[in-house]
Amino acid sequence: MIPADLRYTKEHEWVRVEGDVATVGITAHAADQLGDIVFVELPAVGRAVEQFATFGVVESVKAVSDLFAPVGGEVVEANEALAGAPESVNSDPYGAGWMLRIRLADPAQLDALLDPVAYEALVAEA
Amino acid sequence: MTDEPRATPLEQAHEALGARMVDFAGWRMPIQYTGIIEEHRAVRERAGLFDLCHMGELFVDGPDAGDALAAAITTDPRTLAVGRAQYSMICAPNGGILDDLIVYRLADDRFLVVANASNAAVVSDALAERFVGRRAILDDRSLATALVAIQGPAARGILAPLAFVDLGAIRYYGIAEGTVAGIPALVARTGYTGEDGFEVFVEASAGMTIWDALRDAGRAAGLAPVGLGARDTLRLEAGMPLYGNELDGETTPYEAGLGRVVKLDKAGGFVGRDALAKAAEAGPRRLLVGLAVRGRGIARHGHAVWAGERRTGVVTSGTMSPTLGIPIAMAYVAPGHSAPGTMLDVEIRETRAAAEVVPLPFYIRPR
Repeated sequence: MIPADLRYTKEHEWVRVEGDVATVGITAHAADQLGDIVFVELPAVGRAVEQFATFGVVESVKAVSDLFAPVGGEVVEANEALAGAPESVNSDPYGAGWMLRIRLADPAQLDALLDPVAYEALVAEA
Repeated sequence: MTDEPRATPLEQAHEALGARMVDFAGWRMPIQYTGIIEEHRAVRERAGLFDLCHMGELFVDGPDAGDALAAAITTDPRTLAVGRAQYSMICAPNGGILDDLIVYRLADDRFLVVANASNAAVVSDALAERFVGRRAILDDRSLATALVAIQGPAARGILAPLAFVDLGAIRYYGIAEGTVAGIPALVARTGYTGEDGFEVFVEASAGMTIWDALRDAGRAAGLAPVGLGARDTLRLEAGMPLYGNELDGETTPYEAGLGRVVKLDKAGGFVGRDALAKAAEAGPRRLLVGLAVRGRGIARHGHAVWAGERRTGVVTSGTMSPTLGIPIAMAYVAPGHSAPGTMLDVEIRETRAAAEVVPLPFYIRPR
């Protein structure tokens, strides 16, 4: 199921906005397509990320895949727990598998993201 | 290859299991069923069942079969006892590797050569050409043969009740004719996982029967279907080379650490002999090593390997080892940097991760 309270990118990242902080991860569909995730490379806290630019890398046993920032801003937290438990991206992609918290540079950027209905349609096409 | 990929005789089974399919060497193959790590562990801890119908099966018959094969490949199959097998290679005249092979002796004048799917046509053509003028017939039965592997500590116990052939009498790298689930089969104790196990060759039309019979027999023991994804991580942990990664037309067997399969002095010579003799004398320019990545990230095929500021080589295969829990890789490096314990760096996305040269294989099964 695709959570109804999130926004999405075409590259299968999700974002949850609380106040001016956006939490970012990859969708269950993306995690399933990648297979067993064994490594996640994330930017350091304090780094700036740009909307739709790559912010890191996720590696499954078989493949390497870039991560794209749904929104731009300053990284205020990276999920350190993924270093020891990258498999939580597969098991709990919208919860323990979160990746970054970004302080939103411009809330208007959210308008460029897919809503759950549009994302569901994208996944259905794939 | 622009043709549609071919379905193996086990296509229905993969479909029923919901396998994720990929195009591989002209075949539509399962890459995973439930997940690479889970399938990998099933083979290490219990047993796994593999569809290997894409592999090439080339039968060689005739009074000169042994001599003809000996002249075409790097080993000497004439030294094999009936029912025994050897790992071998077929090389180009310049010594480059065309493919790695397993050669089984089925009778005095009958051999089975198993080639990689990606090279089956090349090997078939090269053997046919090299047999011209000899009393040896090449019968390429790749499309007429189904090959299923059952690998892992529980493999023998699962296969034995179905097999009318004494599995205990087949030693590692042995083969026997018999039946499995009532179907005429060749049963070989070979594999590509680092575990004990068997490979079962039957007529293509009987592939599904064998697959289903093994699945049923293995249910209680936790036999899992295993795709190409875990086949790759299993062989990598076992330090086994993969053609296209560790082996190719630019690589000599000596560089791959496989000089033992080159019989330079065998009677009658063989294609590539002179070039390989020169390579043996000159010594390898690079050597295949195992790397345990100590820094962050996973080394992958094509990543550069550095010794300080000197680029010493390149990664040929790499993954996160499901068994060891660390990133492992194989790489070609300069001979001076190949000793176990040597600390090198792998360039992973513009940063360098420390990696230690370790002995191959990474994994040896407990006995």
